[in-house]
Amino acid sequence: MHQAQAEPLSRVSETSEQTGAALRTQITFSNFNFYYGKYHALKNINLDIYHSQVTAFIGPSGCGKSTLLRTMNRMYDLYPEQRAEGELLLDGENILDKKIDINHLRARIGMVFQKPTPFPMAIYDNIAFGVNLQERLSRSAMDDRVEWALRKAALWDEVKDILKQSGMSLSGGQQQRLCIARGIAVKPEVLLLDEPTSALDPISTMRIEELISELRQDFTIVIVTHNMQQAARISDYTAYMYLGEMIEYGVTDQVFIKPQKKATEDYITGRFG
Amino acid sequence: MTASLNLRRQRQLINRVALTMSLLAMSFGLVWLIWILVDVFHLGMSGLSLKLFTEMTPPPGSSGGLLNAIVGSLILVSLATLLGTPIGIMAGIYLAEYGQHTWLGHTTRFINGILLSAPSIVIGLFVYAVYVAKMGRFSGFSGVIALALLVIPVVVSTTENMLKLVPNSLREAVFALGASKWVVISKVTLRASTAGVITGILLAVARISGETAPLLFTALSNQFWSVDLNQPIANLPVTIFKFAMSPFKDWQEIAWAGVFLITLGVLGLNILARVLFRQKHRS
Amino acid sequence: MPAIARPKRNLGDWVFFNLTRLFALLTLLMLGGIIASLVYGAWPALEHFGIGFLWSGDWNPPMDKFGALIPIYGTLVTSLIALVIAVPVSFGIALFLTELSPAWLRRPLGIAVELLAGIPSIVYGMWGLLVFAPLFSELQPLLASSLGIVPLLGKLFRGPPLGIGLLTAGIILAIMIIPFIASVMRDVFEVTPAMLKESAYGVGATTWEVVWNVVLPYTKVGVIGGIMLGLGRALGETMAVTFVIGNTSSINSSSLFEPGNSITSVLANEFSEATPGLYTASLVELGLILFLITLTVLVFSKLLLLRLTRQEGRGT
Repeated sequence: MHQAQAEPLSRVSETSEQTGAALRTQITFSNFNFYYGKYHALKNINLDIYHSQVTAFIGPSGCGKSTLLRTMNRMYDLYPEQRAEGELLLDGENILDKKIDINHLRARIGMVFQKPTPFPMAIYDNIAFGVNLQERLSRSAMDDRVEWALRKAALWDEVKDILKQSGMSLSGGQQQRLCIARGIAVKPEVLLLDEPTSALDPISTMRIEELISELRQDFTIVIVTHNMQQAARISDYTAYMYLGEMIEYGVTDQVFIKPQKKATEDYITGRFG
Repeated sequence: MTASLNLRRQRQLINRVALTMSLLAMSFGLVWLIWILVDVFHLGMSGLSLKLFTEMTPPPGSSGGLLNAIVGSLILVSLATLLGTPIGIMAGIYLAEYGQHTWLGHTTRFINGILLSAPSIVIGLFVYAVYVAKMGRFSGFSGVIALALLVIPVVVSTTENMLKLVPNSLREAVFALGASKWVVISKVTLRASTAGVITGILLAVARISGETAPLLFTALSNQFWSVDLNQPIANLPVTIFKFAMSPFKDWQEIAWAGVFLITLGVLGLNILARVLFRQKHRS
Repeated sequence: MPAIARPKRNLGDWVFFNLTRLFALLTLLMLGGIIASLVYGAWPALEHFGIGFLWSGDWNPPMDKFGALIPIYGTLVTSLIALVIAVPVSFGIALFLTELSPAWLRRPLGIAVELLAGIPSIVYGMWGLLVFAPLFSELQPLLASSLGIVPLLGKLFRGPPLGIGLLTAGIILAIMIIPFIASVMRDVFEVTPAMLKESAYGVGATTWEVVWNVVLPYTKVGVIGGIMLGLGRALGETMAVTFVIGNTSSINSSSLFEPGNSITSVLANEFSEATPGLYTASLVELGLILFLITLTVLVFSKLLLLRLTRQEGRGT
């Protein structure tokens, strides 16, 4: 039964709808299982995530979408009762291997959380913190990087004169854009977004959704959202999950307009969830 | 790229060093705890005998016990607790139930904080100045007052904190039945936080059981048996102080036994308070 | 139209309300009373010595010559030593308890730390004098030959290895205040939101980097509060210091090996034998000075905390 999830997965010959260029697989989950202690939270996940695309994970509360997202930067390592089995490849490398450098991995994969989490430092330092961990830049090079990140996150104009102020003095929407800027400043390959707009008002949400669409050009983005309409608006690929299993995965338009599984259709049309 | 690799190695090294240091710090703390407790246990036990509980404090060179000191301490601590607890609870009730936003409430809370961390020796001096100096002599009663003044701030702050933990929905439910405010507080809110308030009292008792300084200026101590509160009264801490600082071996032995008793009592009270609090909080 | 019933004046409520208000007022009056009575008791000395009392190094009871310099010096030096040792150690303990320790070890270790806080100070004092000091006097020559040679700093570690003295008192004080500071730090570290820490881990920071750069700034209000609490205890501590400080009212050198006196040890040792008059009044004045010092530390820390929370803008 679980083998049925093997379709409609990637083949390198697929092309992106936007650019027609060949799609490259960036992340692959292979026979992936995840446990909280004895509880089997993710069951036999097989999934490919494509480079420079926005992939959305949707599903009802508790289906495991956040859990799945957090495995990609091995955040679960902080909690001893959580463990993963199977294979998880990033550009061909199995990142579940004990030997890899976790801190370096996490720098290659950025993460933004449900609630804005600015560090208790100046706005400038919030951005510079992550960069400083990876490279030693000169003052002017760092200034450039901070400006670049803030511009990309559509925050530069609002904070360029108050860079020395604490990050915590910004509004909710601004704080979340700061967190996004912080995440991209280290030039990661992948950006993980865990319900990034759930704590924000509709206008901030809209601005961040626009941002995500633009960022797709430079980063591979995986977004977890409980808001189906958001997934439909901004993602290229959508994965529907339920009770720890991957029920359906495919091009967003197809999943929403012509879902292949009844379970997916029921969720999308609101018959349950 | 080697620059970045070096940076990584350097950071990992710093991380490892820092975490090792924290392990050392933890061990450092544990070493002292274990060492002190073992010594107190060992040296105290050797001085422990039935005599300790049946005979009075002796002059140097002869044998004796700590009976008068033990009894004296029990009297002082119980009376101080009886005196200080009601005052503390009442003031704590005011702070939590009536005085959340009043001038009196804010000021009292602030001052209570000051009194809580005031050196106990200063409290002793205060009681000396207002009571002992006026009365012209040291007395057990002044010792009770001094200890009560140490109990009050602890009980005030624990009571206030415990009462504040009671959810407003509970209070509202009782008001909705038509009860008046003092009934709500005494019959429901206070009952709901009983465990926490008792914990606070136990901790206050534990604190004053080991206090020496305030007694030095108030109750002083007494070589002989006396339960007259108008005279200096024997008590464990001051007796231990005198005996331990002396050059006499037998006095020092008795002092160790006394220290053992106090430590047992104080730690026992602490553990009791903790167990009580955790139990009630679970249910 | 039926009249709306006027609320009955509930006697119980009125009594209860005013009773609790009375006791709150009592607490307030205590502070004023303390300061007033101390000033009153110290008056003869205040009058006689004036402000010079603060920096006079005299202490000669038979001649009625008194000065606060040596006790103040002892109090400040021992408390400073205690802080210098206790703050890093407490930080290390808090770090261990929140980040390193395996889950099953956390509770027992936390309890152990709190037990250390519950041990009465007289136990520390007696143990310090009868167990620690003799051993320390064997260690002191080692310190003198190693740290004592360092220029400038070395002057602190010279002199006869008495075992007791300012340094010993400082060390015993440090052990006493470690559990207080460590518990407070541990408590505030624990309530740091997991999401904030994960954000820092998320950019690839190591555990140390997360704690030093994110957790510590986030909890700085609580951390400073804890340190101030420890400082307050150290300044006012009597028994632990009195046993081991050496009870000498003179300063011969800048060495920490020297015996000395703190305000609390002078009071503890000399009060019961002090002759009424200038002697007792001077002692009471010392108590007043101590109270004012602890008050200043408290007010200063509250102001510092206020300034820090204001700087954060929307607040921590």
